[in-house]
Amino acid sequence: MIGAGAMKPENYETKPIFTLAGVGKTFRSGTRALQTIDITVLSGAFVSLVGPSGCGKSTLLRIIAGLLPPSQGRVHWESDVTGHIGFVFQEPTLMPWATVWDNVYLPLRLAGRSRNDASASIARTLASLGLGGFEQAYPRELSGGMRMRVSIARALVKAPSLLLLDEPFAALDELTRFRLNEDLLRLWGEQRWTVVFVTHSVFEAVFLSNRIVVMTPRPGRIVADLPIDLPYPREGSLRTATAYAERCRAVSAVLNEAVL
Amino acid sequence: MNARGRERLAGIAAPLVAGVLFLAGWQAVVQWQGIPPYILPSPVAIAEALWRDGPSLLGSLLVTLRITAAALVAAIVLGGALAILFAQSRLLEISLFPYAVILQVTPVVAIAPLIIIWVNDTFLALLVCAWIVAFFPIVANTTLGLNSADRNLVELFRLYGASRWQTLRYLRLPAALPYFLAGVRISGGLALIGAVVAEFVAGTGGAETGLAYRILEAGYRLQIPKLFAALLLLSATGIAIFAALSWITRRLIGHWHESALPRDD
Repeated sequence: MIGAGAMKPENYETKPIFTLAGVGKTFRSGTRALQTIDITVLSGAFVSLVGPSGCGKSTLLRIIAGLLPPSQGRVHWESDVTGHIGFVFQEPTLMPWATVWDNVYLPLRLAGRSRNDASASIARTLASLGLGGFEQAYPRELSGGMRMRVSIARALVKAPSLLLLDEPFAALDELTRFRLNEDLLRLWGEQRWTVVFVTHSVFEAVFLSNRIVVMTPRPGRIVADLPIDLPYPREGSLRTATAYAERCRAVSAVLNEAVL
Repeated sequence: MNARGRERLAGIAAPLVAGVLFLAGWQAVVQWQGIPPYILPSPVAIAEALWRDGPSLLGSLLVTLRITAAALVAAIVLGGALAILFAQSRLLEISLFPYAVILQVTPVVAIAPLIIIWVNDTFLALLVCAWIVAFFPIVANTTLGLNSADRNLVELFRLYGASRWQTLRYLRLPAALPYFLAGVRISGGLALIGAVVAEFVAGTGGAETGLAYRILEAGYRLQIPKLFAALLLLSATGIAIFAALSWITRRLIGHWHESALPRDD
Protein backbone atom coordinates (compact mmCIF):
# COMPACT_ATOMS: atom_id res chain seq x y z
CA MET A 1 0.00 0.00 0.00
CA ILE A 2 1.29 3.41 -0.90
CA GLY A 3 1.57 6.17 1.69
CA ALA A 4 -0.29 5.51 4.90
CA GLY A 5 0.05 1.74 4.91
CA ALA A 6 3.83 1.83 4.76
CA MET A 7 4.04 4.27 7.64
CA LYS A 8 4.89 3.32 11.20
CA PRO A 9 1.96 3.68 13.64
CA GLU A 10 3.72 6.34 15.70
CA ASN A 11 3.82 8.57 12.63
CA TYR A 12 0.04 8.75 12.38
CA GLU A 13 -1.22 12.28 12.67
CA THR A 14 2.18 13.73 13.37
CA LYS A 15 3.62 14.03 9.88
CA PRO A 16 1.87 16.51 7.56
CA ILE A 17 0.72 15.32 4.14
CA PHE A 18 0.09 18.83 2.78
CA THR A 19 -0.09 22.45 3.85
CA LEU A 20 -2.19 25.23 2.34
CA ALA A 21 -0.34 28.52 2.70
CA GLY A 22 -2.38 31.66 2.13
CA VAL A 23 -4.57 29.99 -0.50
CA GLY A 24 -7.19 32.28 -2.04
CA LYS A 25 -9.43 31.98 -5.07
CA THR A 26 -11.13 34.66 -7.10
CA PHE A 27 -13.03 33.42 -10.13
CA ARG A 28 -12.77 35.12 -13.50
CA SER A 29 -16.31 36.43 -12.98
CA GLY A 30 -14.96 38.42 -10.01
CA THR A 31 -16.57 36.20 -7.39
CA ARG A 32 -14.27 35.87 -4.40
CA ALA A 33 -14.69 32.22 -3.38
CA LEU A 34 -11.85 31.85 -0.86
CA GLN A 35 -9.79 34.25 1.21
CA THR A 36 -6.39 33.28 2.69
CA ILE A 37 -6.78 29.69 3.81
CA ASP A 38 -3.97 28.37 6.01
CA ILE A 39 -4.24 24.79 7.08
CA THR A 40 -1.98 21.79 7.60
CA VAL A 41 -3.44 18.31 7.24
CA LEU A 42 -1.65 15.45 8.97
CA SER A 43 -1.07 12.09 7.39
CA GLY A 44 -3.81 9.60 8.24
CA ALA A 45 -6.22 12.25 9.53
CA PHE A 46 -9.95 12.34 8.82
CA VAL A 47 -10.69 16.03 8.31
CA SER A 48 -14.15 17.38 7.53
CA LEU A 49 -14.81 20.77 5.98
CA VAL A 50 -18.20 21.96 7.25
CA GLY A 51 -20.11 25.04 6.26
CA PRO A 52 -23.21 26.35 4.50
CA SER A 53 -23.39 26.29 0.70
CA GLY A 54 -21.29 28.97 -0.94
CA CYS A 55 -18.54 28.88 1.68
CA GLY A 56 -16.04 27.60 -0.87
CA LYS A 57 -15.50 24.16 0.63
CA SER A 58 -15.88 22.39 -2.72
CA THR A 59 -13.59 24.96 -4.34
CA LEU A 60 -11.01 24.27 -1.66
CA LEU A 61 -11.28 20.54 -2.30
CA ARG A 62 -10.71 21.05 -6.02
CA ILE A 63 -7.66 23.22 -5.30
CA ILE A 64 -6.22 20.47 -3.09
CA ALA A 65 -6.88 17.94 -5.88
CA GLY A 66 -5.01 20.15 -8.34
CA LEU A 67 -8.11 20.50 -10.53
CA LEU A 68 -8.25 24.26 -9.92
CA PRO A 69 -5.28 26.62 -9.59
CA PRO A 70 -5.38 28.95 -6.58
CA SER A 71 -5.34 32.71 -7.30
CA GLN A 72 -3.07 33.35 -4.30
CA GLY A 73 -0.90 31.19 -2.11
CA ARG A 74 0.15 27.62 -2.73
CA VAL A 75 -0.38 24.00 -1.78
CA HIS A 76 2.79 22.49 -0.34
CA TRP A 77 3.08 18.70 -0.52
CA GLU A 78 5.33 16.73 1.82
CA SER A 79 5.65 13.94 -0.73
CA ASP A 80 4.58 13.46 -4.34
CA VAL A 81 1.01 12.15 -4.42
CA THR A 82 0.40 12.66 -8.16
CA GLY A 83 -1.87 9.85 -9.34
CA HIS A 84 -2.54 8.76 -5.75
CA ILE A 85 -5.45 11.05 -4.97
CA GLY A 86 -8.91 9.51 -4.93
CA PHE A 87 -11.84 11.85 -5.61
CA VAL A 88 -15.51 11.16 -4.95
CA PHE A 89 -18.02 13.64 -6.37
CA GLN A 90 -21.46 14.52 -5.09
CA GLU A 91 -22.90 12.44 -7.93
CA PRO A 92 -21.60 8.90 -8.47
CA THR A 93 -20.17 10.11 -11.85
CA LEU A 94 -19.86 6.62 -13.32
CA MET A 95 -19.44 5.83 -16.99
CA PRO A 96 -22.94 4.59 -17.97
CA TRP A 97 -21.60 2.48 -20.84
CA ALA A 98 -19.24 0.52 -18.60
CA THR A 99 -19.96 -2.27 -16.11
CA VAL A 100 -19.21 -1.91 -12.41
CA TRP A 101 -15.97 -3.83 -12.96
CA ASP A 102 -14.87 -1.58 -15.82
CA ASN A 103 -15.75 1.57 -13.88
CA VAL A 104 -13.58 0.48 -10.98
CA TYR A 105 -10.84 -0.62 -13.40
CA LEU A 106 -10.60 2.93 -14.83
CA PRO A 107 -7.84 4.39 -12.56
CA LEU A 108 -5.71 1.27 -13.06
CA ARG A 109 -6.35 1.25 -16.80
CA LEU A 110 -5.25 4.89 -17.04
CA ALA A 111 -2.09 3.90 -15.16
CA GLY A 112 -1.40 1.30 -17.85
CA ARG A 113 -2.27 -1.81 -15.82
CA SER A 114 -3.64 -4.77 -17.79
CA ARG A 115 -7.02 -6.30 -16.95
CA ASN A 116 -5.38 -9.48 -15.65
CA ASP A 117 -2.92 -7.57 -13.55
CA ALA A 118 -5.67 -5.37 -12.10
CA SER A 119 -8.25 -8.05 -11.37
CA ALA A 120 -6.98 -8.95 -7.87
CA SER A 121 -7.07 -5.32 -6.64
CA ILE A 122 -10.49 -4.81 -8.19
CA ALA A 123 -11.94 -7.98 -6.65
CA ARG A 124 -10.59 -7.01 -3.21
CA THR A 125 -11.92 -3.44 -3.46
CA LEU A 126 -15.37 -4.53 -4.69
CA ALA A 127 -15.64 -7.10 -1.89
CA SER A 128 -14.65 -4.53 0.76
CA LEU A 129 -17.56 -2.32 -0.33
CA GLY A 130 -20.10 -5.12 -0.54
CA LEU A 131 -20.16 -5.06 -4.34
CA GLY A 132 -19.17 -8.71 -4.87
CA GLY A 133 -21.49 -10.28 -7.47
CA PHE A 134 -22.25 -6.94 -9.12
CA GLU A 135 -19.17 -6.93 -11.37
CA GLN A 136 -21.13 -7.19 -14.62
CA ALA A 137 -24.01 -4.86 -13.67
CA TYR A 138 -24.39 -1.52 -15.41
CA PRO A 139 -24.77 1.65 -13.29
CA ARG A 140 -28.41 2.13 -14.35
CA GLU A 141 -29.26 -1.23 -12.80
CA LEU A 142 -28.04 -0.11 -9.37
CA SER A 143 -29.64 1.97 -6.60
CA GLY A 144 -28.21 5.38 -5.67
CA GLY A 145 -26.41 3.92 -2.66
CA MET A 146 -24.84 1.11 -4.70
CA ARG A 147 -23.71 3.58 -7.36
CA MET A 148 -22.01 5.63 -4.66
CA ARG A 149 -20.30 2.45 -3.43
CA VAL A 150 -18.94 1.90 -6.94
CA SER A 151 -17.74 5.50 -7.01
CA ILE A 152 -15.91 4.99 -3.70
CA ALA A 153 -14.47 1.68 -4.92
CA ARG A 154 -13.10 3.50 -7.97
CA ALA A 155 -11.46 6.09 -5.70
CA LEU A 156 -9.93 3.39 -3.47
CA VAL A 157 -8.82 0.79 -6.00
CA LYS A 158 -5.43 2.42 -6.56
CA ALA A 159 -4.70 2.56 -2.81
CA PRO A 160 -4.66 6.36 -2.59
CA SER A 161 -2.59 8.40 -0.16
CA LEU A 162 -5.33 10.99 0.00
CA LEU A 163 -9.07 10.60 -0.43
CA LEU A 164 -11.13 13.70 -1.23
CA LEU A 165 -14.92 13.48 -0.93
CA ASP A 166 -17.25 16.29 -2.00
CA GLU A 167 -20.59 15.83 -0.19
CA PRO A 168 -20.75 12.25 -1.45
CA PHE A 169 -23.80 11.16 0.54
CA ALA A 170 -25.91 14.32 0.33
CA ALA A 171 -28.35 12.83 -2.17
CA LEU A 172 -28.89 9.54 -0.36
CA ASP A 173 -31.58 8.56 2.13
CA GLU A 174 -30.62 8.57 5.79
CA LEU A 175 -30.35 4.82 6.30
CA THR A 176 -28.11 4.39 3.25
CA ARG A 177 -26.04 7.38 4.35
CA PHE A 178 -25.49 5.95 7.84
CA ARG A 179 -24.41 2.60 6.45
CA LEU A 180 -21.99 4.23 3.99
CA ASN A 181 -20.59 6.42 6.80
CA GLU A 182 -19.87 3.31 8.84
CA ASP A 183 -18.33 1.43 5.90
CA LEU A 184 -16.14 4.42 5.05
CA LEU A 185 -14.91 4.60 8.67
CA ARG A 186 -14.21 0.87 8.73
CA LEU A 187 -12.14 1.06 5.53
CA TRP A 188 -10.31 4.13 6.83
CA GLY A 189 -9.49 2.23 10.04
CA GLU A 190 -8.08 -0.63 7.98
CA GLN A 191 -6.21 1.30 5.33
CA ARG A 192 -5.55 4.71 6.89
CA TRP A 193 -5.46 6.99 3.88
CA THR A 194 -5.80 10.67 4.69
CA VAL A 195 -9.35 11.97 4.17
CA VAL A 196 -10.67 15.42 3.44
CA PHE A 197 -14.45 15.20 3.56
CA VAL A 198 -16.74 18.05 2.53
CA THR A 199 -20.23 18.09 4.01
CA HIS A 200 -22.88 20.52 5.20
CA SER A 201 -24.04 18.11 7.89
CA VAL A 202 -22.55 18.70 11.33
CA PHE A 203 -23.82 15.29 12.49
CA GLU A 204 -22.08 13.47 9.66
CA ALA A 205 -18.85 15.41 10.22
CA VAL A 206 -18.75 14.71 13.97
CA PHE A 207 -19.49 11.02 13.44
CA LEU A 208 -16.68 10.58 10.93
CA SER A 209 -13.84 12.95 11.65
CA ASN A 210 -11.13 13.54 14.18
CA ARG A 211 -10.91 17.16 13.08
CA ILE A 212 -13.56 19.58 11.82
CA VAL A 213 -12.77 22.76 9.96
CA VAL A 214 -15.72 25.18 10.01
CA MET A 215 -16.01 27.58 7.08
CA THR A 216 -18.26 30.58 6.38
CA PRO A 217 -19.22 32.19 3.06
CA ARG A 218 -18.71 35.56 1.33
CA PRO A 219 -15.80 35.18 1.05
CA GLY A 220 -15.04 31.61 2.12
CA ARG A 221 -12.76 31.44 5.14
CA ILE A 222 -11.96 29.24 8.12
CA VAL A 223 -13.61 30.35 11.36
CA ALA A 224 -12.91 27.37 13.59
CA ASP A 225 -10.68 24.30 13.66
CA LEU A 226 -11.96 21.78 16.17
CA PRO A 227 -10.56 18.39 17.20
CA ILE A 228 -13.16 15.65 17.75
CA ASP A 229 -11.76 13.45 20.49
CA LEU A 230 -14.27 10.57 20.30
CA PRO A 231 -12.34 7.27 20.17
CA TYR A 232 -12.28 4.97 17.12
CA PRO A 233 -13.59 2.56 16.04
CA ARG A 234 -16.91 4.36 16.07
CA GLU A 235 -20.02 2.22 15.67
CA GLY A 236 -23.58 3.14 14.68
CA SER A 237 -24.53 3.14 18.38
CA LEU A 238 -22.43 6.29 18.81
CA ARG A 239 -25.20 8.27 17.11
CA THR A 240 -27.35 8.02 20.25
CA ALA A 241 -24.53 8.59 22.75
CA THR A 242 -24.42 11.71 24.93
CA ALA A 243 -20.76 12.38 24.10
CA TYR A 244 -21.68 12.50 20.38
CA ALA A 245 -24.60 14.88 21.01
CA GLU A 246 -22.34 17.19 23.00
CA ARG A 247 -19.76 17.40 20.20
CA CYS A 248 -22.54 18.06 17.68
CA ARG A 249 -23.94 20.84 19.85
CA ALA A 250 -20.49 22.41 20.22
CA VAL A 251 -19.80 22.41 16.47
CA SER A 252 -23.32 23.68 15.68
CA ALA A 253 -22.85 26.52 18.14
CA VAL A 254 -19.62 27.60 16.45
CA LEU A 255 -21.24 27.35 13.03
CA ASN A 256 -24.35 29.30 14.05
CA GLU A 257 -22.31 32.03 15.66
CA ALA A 258 -20.14 32.37 12.56
CA VAL A 259 -22.98 32.42 10.04
CA LEU A 260 -25.29 34.82 11.86
CA MET B 1 -53.08 -10.68 -23.11
CA ASN B 2 -51.46 -8.09 -20.83
CA ALA B 3 -51.59 -4.31 -21.28
CA ARG B 4 -48.15 -4.12 -22.87
CA GLY B 5 -49.00 -6.80 -25.46
CA ARG B 6 -52.27 -5.05 -26.29
CA GLU B 7 -50.47 -1.78 -26.81
CA ARG B 8 -47.91 -3.38 -29.11
CA LEU B 9 -50.67 -5.04 -31.15
CA ALA B 10 -52.48 -1.71 -31.41
CA GLY B 11 -49.22 -0.08 -32.54
CA ILE B 12 -49.10 -2.47 -35.50
CA ALA B 13 -52.82 -2.90 -36.23
CA ALA B 14 -53.92 0.75 -36.07
CA PRO B 15 -51.67 2.15 -38.82
CA LEU B 16 -52.36 -0.99 -40.89
CA VAL B 17 -56.12 -0.46 -40.71
CA ALA B 18 -55.68 3.24 -41.51
CA GLY B 19 -53.54 2.34 -44.54
CA VAL B 20 -55.99 -0.21 -45.88
CA LEU B 21 -58.89 2.26 -45.49
CA PHE B 22 -56.87 4.94 -47.29
CA LEU B 23 -56.03 2.61 -50.20
CA ALA B 24 -59.65 1.43 -50.46
CA GLY B 25 -60.84 5.06 -50.56
CA TRP B 26 -58.25 5.86 -53.23
CA GLN B 27 -59.31 2.88 -55.34
CA ALA B 28 -62.99 3.85 -54.97
CA VAL B 29 -62.44 7.50 -55.93
CA VAL B 30 -60.38 6.57 -59.01
CA GLN B 31 -63.00 4.02 -60.18
CA TRP B 32 -66.15 6.08 -59.50
CA GLN B 33 -64.73 9.31 -60.94
CA GLY B 34 -63.17 7.48 -63.86
CA ILE B 35 -59.81 9.24 -63.36
CA PRO B 36 -57.42 8.16 -66.14
CA PRO B 37 -54.26 6.29 -64.97
CA TYR B 38 -51.93 8.98 -66.43
CA ILE B 39 -53.39 11.49 -63.93
CA LEU B 40 -53.81 9.24 -60.90
CA PRO B 41 -53.43 5.46 -61.19
CA SER B 42 -55.44 3.27 -58.82
CA PRO B 43 -53.61 1.19 -56.17
CA VAL B 44 -54.46 -1.93 -58.15
CA ALA B 45 -52.86 -0.47 -61.30
CA ILE B 46 -49.75 0.44 -59.30
CA ALA B 47 -49.55 -3.08 -57.90
CA GLU B 48 -49.79 -4.46 -61.44
CA ALA B 49 -47.01 -2.14 -62.59
CA LEU B 50 -44.88 -3.19 -59.64
CA TRP B 51 -45.41 -6.85 -60.53
CA ARG B 52 -44.64 -6.29 -64.23
CA ASP B 53 -41.72 -3.85 -63.97
CA GLY B 54 -40.48 -4.99 -60.56
CA PRO B 55 -37.46 -6.98 -61.75
CA SER B 56 -36.11 -4.20 -63.98
CA LEU B 57 -36.85 -1.55 -61.33
CA LEU B 58 -35.00 -3.67 -58.75
CA GLY B 59 -31.92 -3.56 -60.96
CA SER B 60 -32.08 0.25 -60.96
CA LEU B 61 -32.72 0.28 -57.22
CA LEU B 62 -29.47 -1.65 -56.79
CA VAL B 63 -27.59 1.11 -58.63
CA THR B 64 -29.14 3.77 -56.38
CA LEU B 65 -28.45 1.67 -53.31
CA ARG B 66 -24.77 1.28 -54.24
CA ILE B 67 -24.40 5.07 -54.40
CA THR B 68 -26.36 5.49 -51.15
CA ALA B 69 -24.27 2.94 -49.27
CA ALA B 70 -20.97 4.31 -50.57
CA ALA B 71 -22.01 7.88 -49.68
CA LEU B 72 -23.09 6.82 -46.18
CA VAL B 73 -19.82 4.98 -45.55
CA ALA B 74 -17.85 8.00 -46.81
CA ALA B 75 -19.96 10.29 -44.59
CA ILE B 76 -19.36 8.08 -41.55
CA VAL B 77 -15.61 7.83 -42.12
CA LEU B 78 -14.95 11.45 -43.10
CA GLY B 79 -17.61 12.96 -40.82
CA GLY B 80 -16.41 10.95 -37.82
CA ALA B 81 -12.77 11.77 -38.54
CA LEU B 82 -13.54 15.49 -38.91
CA ALA B 83 -15.49 15.50 -35.63
CA ILE B 84 -12.59 13.83 -33.79
CA LEU B 85 -10.25 16.41 -35.30
CA PHE B 86 -12.58 19.21 -34.10
CA ALA B 87 -12.61 17.71 -30.60
CA GLN B 88 -8.80 17.85 -30.49
CA SER B 89 -8.54 21.52 -31.33
CA ARG B 90 -11.06 24.21 -30.60
CA LEU B 91 -9.26 26.50 -33.08
CA LEU B 92 -9.68 23.94 -35.86
CA GLU B 93 -13.35 23.56 -34.98
CA ILE B 94 -14.17 27.27 -35.08
CA SER B 95 -12.09 27.66 -38.27
CA LEU B 96 -13.70 24.86 -40.26
CA PHE B 97 -17.18 24.34 -38.80
CA PRO B 98 -18.74 27.35 -40.64
CA TYR B 99 -17.65 25.82 -43.96
CA ALA B 100 -19.28 22.54 -43.09
CA VAL B 101 -22.45 24.55 -42.42
CA ILE B 102 -22.12 26.33 -45.79
CA LEU B 103 -21.75 22.98 -47.54
CA GLN B 104 -24.85 21.78 -45.72
CA VAL B 105 -27.12 24.75 -46.44
CA THR B 106 -26.23 25.02 -50.14
CA PRO B 107 -28.90 23.02 -52.02
CA VAL B 108 -27.29 19.98 -53.58
CA VAL B 109 -29.44 20.50 -56.71
CA ALA B 110 -27.62 23.78 -57.25
CA ILE B 111 -24.09 22.43 -56.97
CA ALA B 112 -24.69 19.04 -58.61
CA PRO B 113 -24.08 20.38 -62.17
CA LEU B 114 -20.69 21.74 -61.05
CA ILE B 115 -19.69 18.49 -59.46
CA ILE B 116 -20.68 16.64 -62.61
CA ILE B 117 -18.44 18.94 -64.64
CA TRP B 118 -15.51 18.54 -62.25
CA VAL B 119 -15.79 14.81 -61.61
CA ASN B 120 -15.55 12.74 -64.79
CA ASP B 121 -16.80 9.45 -63.47
CA THR B 122 -20.63 9.52 -63.13
CA PHE B 123 -20.76 7.09 -60.21
CA LEU B 124 -18.18 9.18 -58.37
CA ALA B 125 -20.02 12.44 -59.15
CA LEU B 126 -23.29 11.05 -57.76
CA LEU B 127 -21.42 9.70 -54.78
CA VAL B 128 -19.95 13.15 -54.01
CA CYS B 129 -23.41 14.77 -54.24
CA ALA B 130 -24.99 12.22 -51.91
CA TRP B 131 -22.03 12.52 -49.53
CA ILE B 132 -22.40 16.31 -49.29
CA VAL B 133 -25.99 15.87 -48.15
CA ALA B 134 -25.23 13.02 -45.76
CA PHE B 135 -22.07 14.03 -43.95
CA PHE B 136 -23.21 17.10 -42.01
CA PRO B 137 -25.49 15.42 -39.43
CA ILE B 138 -22.66 13.05 -38.58
CA VAL B 139 -20.08 15.85 -38.16
CA ALA B 140 -22.45 18.04 -36.14
CA ASN B 141 -23.80 15.28 -33.89
CA THR B 142 -20.46 13.60 -33.26
CA THR B 143 -18.78 16.92 -32.46
CA LEU B 144 -21.56 17.67 -29.99
CA GLY B 145 -21.23 14.19 -28.48
CA LEU B 146 -17.45 14.39 -28.11
CA ASN B 147 -17.84 17.69 -26.27
CA SER B 148 -20.64 16.53 -23.98
CA ALA B 149 -18.75 14.02 -21.86
CA ASP B 150 -19.55 14.46 -18.14
CA ARG B 151 -17.36 17.32 -16.87
CA ASN B 152 -16.63 15.59 -13.60
CA LEU B 153 -15.47 12.51 -15.50
CA VAL B 154 -13.21 14.71 -17.62
CA GLU B 155 -11.72 16.08 -14.38
CA LEU B 156 -11.34 12.57 -12.99
CA PHE B 157 -9.37 11.58 -16.10
CA ARG B 158 -7.20 14.66 -15.57
CA LEU B 159 -6.68 13.75 -11.91
CA TYR B 160 -5.41 10.33 -12.94
CA GLY B 161 -3.06 11.87 -15.50
CA ALA B 162 -4.87 10.40 -18.53
CA SER B 163 -3.29 11.15 -21.89
CA ARG B 164 -5.24 12.89 -24.64
CA TRP B 165 -5.57 9.57 -26.42
CA GLN B 166 -6.83 7.77 -23.28
CA THR B 167 -9.43 10.50 -22.68
CA LEU B 168 -10.60 10.17 -26.29
CA ARG B 169 -10.61 6.37 -26.30
CA TYR B 170 -12.17 5.69 -22.89
CA LEU B 171 -14.33 8.76 -22.34
CA ARG B 172 -15.10 11.01 -25.31
CA LEU B 173 -15.72 8.31 -27.91
CA PRO B 174 -18.09 6.20 -25.79
CA ALA B 175 -19.91 9.35 -24.65
CA ALA B 176 -20.26 10.45 -28.28
CA LEU B 177 -21.54 7.09 -29.57
CA PRO B 178 -25.29 7.77 -29.02
CA TYR B 179 -24.95 11.18 -30.73
CA PHE B 180 -22.95 9.67 -33.58
CA LEU B 181 -25.54 6.93 -34.09
CA ALA B 182 -28.39 9.48 -34.10
CA GLY B 183 -26.43 11.33 -36.81
CA VAL B 184 -25.95 8.14 -38.82
CA ARG B 185 -29.68 7.40 -38.68
CA ILE B 186 -30.47 10.83 -40.15
CA SER B 187 -27.65 10.53 -42.70
CA GLY B 188 -28.87 7.13 -43.91
CA GLY B 189 -32.09 8.69 -45.17
CA LEU B 190 -30.30 11.79 -46.47
CA ALA B 191 -27.78 9.69 -48.44
CA LEU B 192 -30.67 8.06 -50.29
CA ILE B 193 -32.29 11.44 -50.97
CA GLY B 194 -28.93 12.82 -52.09
CA ALA B 195 -28.36 9.91 -54.46
CA VAL B 196 -31.81 10.36 -56.02
CA VAL B 197 -31.62 14.16 -56.31
CA ALA B 198 -28.13 13.99 -57.85
CA GLU B 199 -29.31 11.49 -60.43
CA PHE B 200 -32.28 13.70 -61.27
CA VAL B 201 -29.84 16.47 -62.10
CA ALA B 202 -27.07 14.42 -63.65
CA GLY B 203 -28.91 11.63 -65.29
CA THR B 204 -26.99 8.39 -65.55
CA GLY B 205 -24.71 7.96 -68.47
CA GLY B 206 -23.90 4.45 -69.60
CA ALA B 207 -25.74 1.20 -69.25
CA GLU B 208 -26.66 1.35 -65.56
CA THR B 209 -29.49 3.61 -64.52
CA GLY B 210 -30.67 4.35 -61.02
CA LEU B 211 -34.24 4.63 -59.78
CA ALA B 212 -34.34 8.42 -60.18
CA TYR B 213 -33.71 8.12 -63.89
CA ARG B 214 -36.43 5.49 -64.18
CA ILE B 215 -38.87 7.84 -62.44
CA LEU B 216 -38.04 10.64 -64.91
CA GLU B 217 -38.31 8.24 -67.82
CA ALA B 218 -41.69 6.91 -66.66
CA GLY B 219 -42.88 10.51 -66.26
CA TYR B 220 -41.87 11.47 -69.81
CA ARG B 221 -43.64 8.42 -71.19
CA LEU B 222 -46.74 9.04 -69.05
CA GLN B 223 -46.29 5.58 -67.48
CA ILE B 224 -47.63 6.94 -64.23
CA PRO B 225 -48.38 3.55 -62.56
CA LYS B 226 -44.75 2.60 -63.14
CA LEU B 227 -43.65 5.97 -61.71
CA PHE B 228 -45.68 5.25 -58.58
CA ALA B 229 -44.21 1.75 -58.38
CA ALA B 230 -40.68 3.21 -58.46
CA LEU B 231 -41.65 5.76 -55.79
CA LEU B 232 -43.00 2.94 -53.65
CA LEU B 233 -39.71 1.06 -53.93
CA LEU B 234 -37.82 4.21 -53.03
CA SER B 235 -39.77 4.88 -49.82
CA ALA B 236 -39.63 1.21 -48.85
CA THR B 237 -35.86 1.44 -49.22
CA GLY B 238 -35.73 4.58 -47.05
CA ILE B 239 -37.79 2.85 -44.36
CA ALA B 240 -35.59 -0.25 -44.54
CA ILE B 241 -32.42 1.85 -44.15
CA PHE B 242 -33.88 3.65 -41.14
CA ALA B 243 -35.05 0.39 -39.55
CA ALA B 244 -31.66 -1.25 -40.09
CA LEU B 245 -29.79 1.68 -38.59
CA SER B 246 -32.20 1.79 -35.63
CA TRP B 247 -31.57 -1.90 -35.05
CA ILE B 248 -27.80 -1.35 -35.11
CA THR B 249 -28.23 1.56 -32.66
CA ARG B 250 -30.14 -0.63 -30.24
CA ARG B 251 -27.53 -3.37 -30.51
CA LEU B 252 -24.67 -0.97 -29.80
CA ILE B 253 -26.03 1.21 -26.98
CA GLY B 254 -29.23 -0.54 -25.90
CA HIS B 255 -27.62 -1.96 -22.76
CA TRP B 256 -26.85 1.44 -21.24
CA HIS B 257 -28.28 4.47 -23.02
CA GLU B 258 -31.46 6.17 -21.80
CA SER B 259 -32.99 6.40 -25.27
CA ALA B 260 -32.98 2.64 -25.69
CA LEU B 261 -34.39 1.69 -22.31
CA PRO B 262 -37.91 0.30 -22.08
CA ARG B 263 -40.43 2.81 -20.75
CA ASP B 264 -42.14 1.82 -17.55
CA ASP B 265 -45.44 3.67 -17.55
